[in-house]
Order: sequence, then C-alpha cells, then structure tokens
Amino acid sequence: MVATALGRRSALGLAFDACNYALLLVLSLSIIYPFWNLFLTSFSPVEEVTSLGMHLWIDRWTVSSWGFVLQENDVLQAYLNTIHRVVFGTLTTLLITFSGAYALAKRDLPGRGTITTLFIFTLWFGGGLIPTYLLIRSLGMINTRWVLIIPVALNVYYIVIARNFMMTIDQSLEDSAIIDGAGYWTILFRIVLPVSKPVLATIALWAAVSHWNAWFDALIYINDADKRVLQMLVRDMIQLVTFDELLDFVEDLPVKEHIPPQSVRAVTILITIGPIVMVYPFIQKYFVKGVMLGSLKG
Amino acid sequence: MSEPAPAAAPPAAPAEPHRAALRRQKVARAIRMRHVYSLLVLSFGLLVVFKYIPIYGVLIAFKDFTIHRGIVASPWNDFEHFRWLFRDPFFFRVLFNTFWISVLRIIFSFPMPIILALMLNEVRSSLYKRTSQTISYLPHFISWVILGGILTEVLSPQRGIAGYIWSLLGWEPVNWLARKETFRGLLVVTGIWQGMGWGSIIYLAALSSVDPTLYEAAAIDGANRYHQARYVSLPSLIPAIVILFLLQVGNILEESFQQIFNLYNPAVYEVADVFSTYIYRSGIEQARYSYSTAVGLFQNTVGVVVLIGVNWILRRFSEYAIW
Repeated sequence: MVATALGRRSALGLAFDACNYALLLVLSLSIIYPFWNLFLTSFSPVEEVTSLGMHLWIDRWTVSSWGFVLQENDVLQAYLNTIHRVVFGTLTTLLITFSGAYALAKRDLPGRGTITTLFIFTLWFGGGLIPTYLLIRSLGMINTRWVLIIPVALNVYYIVIARNFMMTIDQSLEDSAIIDGAGYWTILFRIVLPVSKPVLATIALWAAVSHWNAWFDALIYINDADKRVLQMLVRDMIQLVTFDELLDFVEDLPVKEHIPPQSVRAVTILITIGPIVMVYPFIQKYFVKGVMLGSLKG
Repeated sequence: MSEPAPAAAPPAAPAEPHRAALRRQKVARAIRMRHVYSLLVLSFGLLVVFKYIPIYGVLIAFKDFTIHRGIVASPWNDFEHFRWLFRDPFFFRVLFNTFWISVLRIIFSFPMPIILALMLNEVRSSLYKRTSQTISYLPHFISWVILGGILTEVLSPQRGIAGYIWSLLGWEPVNWLARKETFRGLLVVTGIWQGMGWGSIIYLAALSSVDPTLYEAAAIDGANRYHQARYVSLPSLIPAIVILFLLQVGNILEESFQQIFNLYNPAVYEVADVFSTYIYRSGIEQARYSYSTAVGLFQNTVGVVVLIGVNWILRRFSEYAIW
C-alpha cells in the first residue's frame, strides 16, 4: 500500500533505494562474515590459517580439525553437560513458573497483592554478586550440577508473563469442571495446563536458549573439568589462544597431523553455536513476542 | 476462584463486626484455597532463598566479614568499607568508566535501532526485509563468550579483516582491543553491531501500526519519500523513543558486563573497568567480600534512585511507567 502511494519513481527515489539496500547489505555482511570466516577456518589446513587478510574462500579444505574435535572427550563431556543443564534447567524453570504463575493469577487469593509485590521487588533490587556467591558456597552447591539449575529456576519475569496470560483464562472453565466433580489437581493438569501451552512453550524456548548460552554461573561456581559446560570450554580456548597457549592446551594433538589450533577453536565454537544458528530463524518470533510483552510492562 | 463468591455481609451490620466478618471470610477463603498456596511453595521458597537471603547478606558491607565467622558473628566496622570506598582511586575510575560508557552508548548506540527500523520500513521487497531482519538478530542469540572470541579474531591485527581493510587504506594495523584510546569506541561499535537488529524490533512494531492512509494523504499533498519518513514515520516513533531513552538513562549505572568482561584485558582496565567487572575481580578473584559488597550496594542504591527518578518523569509526562 505504501508502494502505490509512492508511485512516482524519480531518479532521487531510485538512488535512495539503492543506498538503503546497499547499507542493509553491508550490515548483513558484517554479521555474516565473521561466522563465514569461522566456518572457513574450521576447514583450513595450517598454511591457509596463518595467511593474512580477508578470506572469502579457501583453496585447500581439510576435515582433520573436525575429526580431532569430535573425538575429543573434553568436548563430548562439555556437550553433555550443556545438554544436561538445558534439559533439566528448562524443565525446572517450567515447573516453578507454571505453579507460581497459576497461584498468582488467582484474583481472589488472600495475600496475593503482597506476595506479588515481594516477587516484583526483586526485579529492581537484589543482593548482588558477592552475597549470592557466599550463599551458594554456604549451601554447599559449589561444583554441583544443581548450581547451574536451581538458583536460576525462579525467573520473576517469566512468572509475571505467565501470570498475565493465565489471568486471561476464563474462570468459568474451572468452575464448570468443579461442578462436574473434578479435583484441584485434575483441573490444574487437564484444564489449566493445556490452555497455558502457548505461553509455556514460549517460556521454555527462552529458558532453553538462555541455559545454552549461560556461562558466568559456570565460571564462578564450577571448577571441575568434568562438569564444565560448552561455553566455558570455548571461553578457556579463547583465553588460551589470546596468549598463544592453545598448543599446550591441546596436549594430545599429534604434531605430525598439523592441525592448527585456530581451526580446533573454530570447530568448537561452531558446534557450540550450531544448534542455535540453525533454529533461531524459526523460533525468533517467540522471542520477539517477549520484547513486545516486556515493553508493555516496562 | 474455585467456588462461588460468598454472599456479602448484611449492610445494616455495625462497622466492627462487619470487618471481623470480612476477615473471617478471608481466612475461610484462604483455607479453602490452600491447594493454591501449596503451589506457591516452590517458587516462594526459591524467592526467599535466592533473592531475599542475598539481600540480607548485603549486611556484610557493614561488617568485617570472614567466611569462618559467618555473617552474624562478624564484627560491625563502623562504615569503614564505605569510607575506604570514597578514598579508593579505583572506585572513582570504575564510577567514571561506567558513567562514561553509558553516556557514549546513549549518544551513539541509542539512535541506531531507530535508523535501522526507518531503513527497513523503506524496503519494499518483503523477502529482502525479512532476511535482513533475521540476519541482524543473529548476534542477539549468541553469548558474549562466543561473540568476544569472534570479534577478537575479526579485529586481530595479524589475521583479522579489520586490520586488512586498515592496511588497504594505507595505515598500520593496530591491536584496537589492547589500546586505551580505542577500547571504549570498540565497546560502542561492537555493541551496536550486536544489538541494533534486536533493538529495532520495538520501533518496527510501532511503524507497522501507522495508518497507511497517512502516507497516502501525505503523498497526495506532494510529500516525497524523505518527507514521509521525516513527517509521518519518525513522529509515530516518538513515544517509543522517549520511553526507551528514559529507560536507558535510568540504567546508567548498569553496564553490559558480559560484553566488557569478554572483550577487555589488563592493558585496558584503566578505561574499561566498570562496577560489575571490578566487583568480580575484587570479590571473587581477590576474595575481598565485604568491600566488594559495599561497592555493589553503592551501585545498586544509586541505580535504584536514578530509576525511581526516571519512573517519576515517565509517570508525570506519559501514560507509561515502569511501576
């Protein structure tokens, strides 16, 4: 409709369009290029990886870095650790969010206002890093898998979003089930849960992506190498490459294979972001929804 | 509500018994809804343990805390940490850096999503528009650990494309990430690169709700594309711009920890160190628990005060408010 209103195609208009399209293309390329470069690096033999400049293509391809990383036990272990926290972290978050939001959505619950305020308050004021760290320490959660799941299981923002959704559920749905003799738990799982599926699915995606990408809690709470998540493995590799120590890091790398450390790192980054890059175009709309909901609230 | 509302007390009853009756009804309702409270146990328990106990733990900012004595047994120390805080040169460095990086972002990063939204709005091919948008969202879905690694590579004077382009222009490639003069600029630029696509969503939503007849009317009145963007599109964004601007000002003491932490290095601490990075290093790495908590409490308190001020402005001058 805008296009028809703009009917006249002057030379100036065309020039403007050309500039606009070109600038957007430059932006897209600036985002794609680093990832493309990473992809090429992961297949590069030593000679290619050390050459200077801009890489749009490489002449010689090798899968030796991929083969090396995919057989590396550290990487496999980190992958499993990440999957563990994504699966159990998301499930725990869903359980907490669903039960909490359902209760706070009950308009006639005595004390609801006060309890809600207690939840919301923590969005604006918190104890901060050190008191939280000391608490986790005194709970004996350091170096456990639970430390990546339990402290982040409660997300007040998710609860508020889910609560707002559940408040739109027609109360008569529950009332008529009561008349039909359904118990509270039947109502919860047979009526409220199915109706809340859209909002729970959205929150599950948010929680899963944030668990996949989380690293800071693993940095401060996890020291054992066997509980290290992928993000931390990558972080260690990046830090080491910065100080040209990756060769030591990759101790069991047979020198005769000539596997460049940059390629090893590129492969590890690619398998870390791979699942996200492949699914995000399809799930982005659920995250966009979150931005809109957040803006309505805030 | 799981059962029909109880009948109202007779209006003729005197005030006191009436209130008592209401309270009795409330208690009765609470007992009847005990299954709902039982559902709250999990989330409320986590709230108390992981949100409120740390707030109680802030007490150590006023004590000489050691782990083996614990919070209660550690002696009070008469605001010694706060007195030290205002004599600590690092504290003022951190305060200045946090403030200054936020100001740079407000000046340079804030307008970028608006410009991007206006540009996308002018794209007629919906495929091109959708593709550009989707690509621009990509960095939002990737952690700063990875983005930091990728950007370090891109900006590397030996291997990166940035150094290559620099040398094509006839300049000597430099390690921007390790130079005090360029580090803050890089924070702003990489922040724009990472966030402008995602930030444009809210403005695009505002633009999509503009009545198309406004453009048609403007065109009939002789408005060209520029006029339409300037006098129809941009004004429709003003409410969103004002609110997001004030929110960003309200978060002036919040810095993007993840970005700075994954890009900085000791060579640029002087210009890059902000509250959260300083608290992390002094608190977690050097185990100065009480002092770091005092720094955090300062940041949190000033932050909340600024936010309350901003919320007051929002409340006063618009229908939107944070609370």
